[in-house]
Amino acid sequence: MDRCAPVRSLDRYEPYDRFHPPRAYATFQRFHVHFTLPMSLDPDAIEKIAHLARLAIAPERRERYAVDLTNILDLVAQMDAVDTEGVEPMAHPLHMAQRLRPDRPTEPDRRARYQAGAPMVGGGLYLVPKVIE
Amino acid sequence: MENKSIAQLAADLRLRTYSSVELTRHYLERIERLDSRLNSFISVAGEAALASAERADLALKSGDVGPLTGIPIAHKDIFCTQGFKTSCGSRMLDDFIAPYDATLVERLAAAGAVMLGKTNMDEFAMGSSNETSFYGPVTNPWDQTRVPGGSSGGSAAAVAARLCPAATGTDTGGSIRQPASLCGVTGIKPTYGRCSRWGMIAFASSLDQAGVLARSAADAAFLLDEMAGFDPRDSTSADVPVPDYVDALDDDIAGLRIGLPKEYFGAGLDSGVAASIHDAISEYERLGARISEISLPNSPLSVPVYYVVAPAECSSNLARYDGVRYGYRCGHPADLEDLYKRSRAEGFGAEVQRRIMIGTYVLSAGYYDAYYLKAQKVRQLIADDFRRAFEQVDVIMGPTTPTTAFPLGAKTDDPVAMYLNDIYTIAANLAGLPAISVPVEPAEGLPVGLQIVGDYFQEARLLNLAHRYQHVTHWHQAAPAGFE
Repeated sequence: MDRCAPVRSLDRYEPYDRFHPPRAYATFQRFHVHFTLPMSLDPDAIEKIAHLARLAIAPERRERYAVDLTNILDLVAQMDAVDTEGVEPMAHPLHMAQRLRPDRPTEPDRRARYQAGAPMVGGGLYLVPKVIE
Repeated sequence: MENKSIAQLAADLRLRTYSSVELTRHYLERIERLDSRLNSFISVAGEAALASAERADLALKSGDVGPLTGIPIAHKDIFCTQGFKTSCGSRMLDDFIAPYDATLVERLAAAGAVMLGKTNMDEFAMGSSNETSFYGPVTNPWDQTRVPGGSSGGSAAAVAARLCPAATGTDTGGSIRQPASLCGVTGIKPTYGRCSRWGMIAFASSLDQAGVLARSAADAAFLLDEMAGFDPRDSTSADVPVPDYVDALDDDIAGLRIGLPKEYFGAGLDSGVAASIHDAISEYERLGARISEISLPNSPLSVPVYYVVAPAECSSNLARYDGVRYGYRCGHPADLEDLYKRSRAEGFGAEVQRRIMIGTYVLSAGYYDAYYLKAQKVRQLIADDFRRAFEQVDVIMGPTTPTTAFPLGAKTDDPVAMYLNDIYTIAANLAGLPAISVPVEPAEGLPVGLQIVGDYFQEARLLNLAHRYQHVTHWHQAAPAGFE
């Protein structure tokens, strides 16, 4: 498992953990945090991830997804064996910077054409279920 | 007619041996007659194809033509085609009619190519067997109980079965090269940024690249000549001059240094595949190339790194499918959240949902450093391995896939086993390097692909190496039984 560099605050991890109660995975030492990643996801974790991803996963399918995602994370865990101390994360395959263009409109108005494929429109607007009472 | 190269077809069209309409009709008839065995097309253009063939015939009469004028091709159904269904292999886009053409579609049409239709693919290009398509799996023309590979499986099967002379594809982790290898065709994934991604439906934006599947390197060169080049509409497009790929095909390869990464010949490589690859490398030695062993020590980590980076980017890219602006919308949503959640759950298949969830998880706060940042660091190490290798050798060769085509259904219940199919192809995507798969001697009757990886923007060298091999061998000309 990757040992994170000394972390600014222990609190950093606690409020973020949506998937596991802290006892299940984290061991805290006095000055350095050894942040151990969870080795498996359970159906409750799948429910939370699915909510974040806005996917309605039926309860009876969560178990299967939990197994699949756990297997994928086990595969991913192989990279923890490599020492990446001091390595810059790769941001772009060719190390190119984002190209900028003058801040001028270049595209014509194609609203009608784009809205032709929308599931539901009215008065030039996209329609969704009522959000505000 | 269907066994002729693009150069021969172009020459025949100019001599009026047959017209583009006749040629197009011939391919449409083959698709109609044979594709029920393969399922390689999602939509066939029919009348629209004949109309563009008629325009090509007029151009041919006027004499103002390029090598692709009147040549039928197919597009992977990931490229937007204006006024024509663009599904990306997904129920989510089953009704989607693209409001504009992808740059590559536009460029190939401007070059006079005739679009026959759109080819089947894994849903949103996520798969290595073409079994995740909403439109059903594609079968391998060499053995219809086996997969064609994926995600550009429809393009590979259609080219192998001579249902089109060439087809476009996209490659995020091997999606051109792996199906090219399993179907016995030539498939090139250019350097990241070489071909415009504008209008190409996004999966993992730091990895996605468009390319070509064709029967030979020469045929691929004719298409890539039109496809490659800067596009201001794609912010990741490389503004680097494009050489003439056809012109470079016959370049001498004597003295060229070929590196064989020892990691690509270890455990897990099928012995029949290994034998065919070694034979092909001996052929290159006879052509005057010099062979040496190299090492890409971090390459075994390509698959783990990929399954962080690609899902992370996919979860972000596919957030746009919300059931509001275009694409599938569920029936009778209770409220906006229900609309989002059910539209996405009903519109996406299981593999896409798995990857969206993995991506959501690895990007979530608290896990970001340990997964995404870690993966981007290991990715840098993988790219550094290649940089060091290209100080010693000109190109890298090895197998494209560890085995030949596997039976349909063999890996659908085990995502990780499916992912390991791309063990040799993913590293080139992570590093952004160009790579090609070239058919070599089959193993037990099934195609085998030799992968050649080049340094950045060395597509001409890859096509040249593939062409020189195809000049002295005939594996690329073999046709699957029943499709000759």
